Amino acid sequence: MADRILELSGVDIRYGLFQAVFGVDLSVERGEAVAIIGANGAGKSTLLNAIAGLVPVHQGSITYQGQPLDGVPAHKRVGMGIALVPEGRRIFASLTVEENLLIGAHSGRPGPWDVGKVLDTFPLLQRLMKRQTAGLSGGERQALAIGRGLMSNPDLILLDEVSLGLAPIVVKQVYEAIPAIRSQGTTVLVVEQDVNQALAVADRFSCLLEGRVSLSGDTTNVDHARITEAYFGLTAAHGGPGSDTGSGEGAA
Amino acid sequence: MTWVNAIVQGILLGGLYALFATGLSLAFGVMRFVNLAHGDLAILAAFITLSFSTTLDINPLAALVVVLPGAFVFGYLLQRLVFDRVVGVDPAFQIVATFGLGVVIQNLLDERYTADTQGLDVGALETSGIKVNDQISVGWLPLITLLCAIAVLAGLALFMRHTKTGRAFRATSDDAAAARLMGVDVRRIFSVSMALAIATVALAGVLFGTRSSFDPTIGPARLIYAFEAVIIGGLGSLWGTLAGGIILGVAQGVGRQVDPQWGELAGHAVFLLVLAVRPTGLFGKGLLR
Repeated sequence: MADRILELSGVDIRYGLFQAVFGVDLSVERGEAVAIIGANGAGKSTLLNAIAGLVPVHQGSITYQGQPLDGVPAHKRVGMGIALVPEGRRIFASLTVEENLLIGAHSGRPGPWDVGKVLDTFPLLQRLMKRQTAGLSGGERQALAIGRGLMSNPDLILLDEVSLGLAPIVVKQVYEAIPAIRSQGTTVLVVEQDVNQALAVADRFSCLLEGRVSLSGDTTNVDHARITEAYFGLTAAHGGPGSDTGSGEGAA
Repeated sequence: MTWVNAIVQGILLGGLYALFATGLSLAFGVMRFVNLAHGDLAILAAFITLSFSTTLDINPLAALVVVLPGAFVFGYLLQRLVFDRVVGVDPAFQIVATFGLGVVIQNLLDERYTADTQGLDVGALETSGIKVNDQISVGWLPLITLLCAIAVLAGLALFMRHTKTGRAFRATSDDAAAARLMGVDVRRIFSVSMALAIATVALAGVLFGTRSSFDPTIGPARLIYAFEAVIIGGLGSLWGTLAGGIILGVAQGVGRQVDPQWGELAGHAVFLLVLAVRPTGLFGKGLLR
């Protein structure tokens, strides 16, 4: 595939003796928006961290634009066009809002995004530029984190739990930026606990359950009962907590 | 007036303590790294400077032209080859590795230079100064030391505040993993901060050697004052380190004025007082606070 931007095949990820991700396959085409959904602890963030290079892959491979990423350190992946907007925003507390944006451009990768364009996309940041970040609201922090990620002019942006801890109205505002991001040709991979939000923004989705892909498909014509099942690992009729539906019961 | 003199001399001495402490503060601020060999590295620099100045017959301060860049490179390699292995893991490993390095340095110095006390001879500069009045005179060497400390700390602060690399230092200090996600080569930041730390402590060691005698085992004693200055000022705070050094110096000066034996004791007492009242130090954390 010439325009496959990201391909994960058989990815296992471990933290010491604990295995978080089991044999995950995932492919993302250039220009697509793909959502990874799943419950808390399903391994979604771990997967994004592995793509960004913060967490090593134990087995299997991650290929980006036809190039294997094994052994490529995180800071070099930014220069290759992968940006992760991490869970919890991770805004730099001793940098001003403006400096937080500027450090996003540390890799010096050329492209359409600069401070002006980020402010066009997130006008709420405009009046905050010279401020310290301590007093920012959750929505402002999230906008800043996404803007900071865009400053590296990524080909692939990874958004981790964008909606977490935000009021619904703020979530909506933040997600309104996604079309502007995609219009620059940037591929978007989002991780979300909020299934409806994820399905609304993405073309395709994969659902993770206890570290395995439990369901994947297009976001048009989704069967919500099947998603519920894949999300919680419950069988529709008489589900119970901890029922083990087994591994990868099938990609749609 | 003798009290004023005690305070003036204390401030000047504080400059030396601040210079000793700058590297500790920087390494802790950027990578939460505590180097127990810090004092021994200062003494190592003093001995190397001694060798340069005696074999080439030059003023020890002139030897700094070679010693400081050498210390910078040494610090960079030390981080890359040794300390990187113990950053971000259980602090016990840092203690063992850096304490071990200190022991190695002391023994190598003892082997090469014997246990005799040495001094760095800077000629007339050593005894000359500015006479303010009958009671107060300011020696050139202590004044130069204080000005060096201020220049080093101001230089570092400007670098941190206004350069792209300085911004990457601050981001790394806040959150190293997030800094990597910005494309910052955190290992390089670590190496450069250790390079700066060792260069500043080498300067401190040489200036110390021009005013006091030293021997291979004296490093850890200097380390205590550096730690006290860092903790009084606030862990990892650069300006706090200068303030901490000066507070320590003044406390010792005033204490010594009360009773010649009380100098060091007064310094330790002020340190304990700060630790009890404000455990985070006077300026809190953050490289520029």
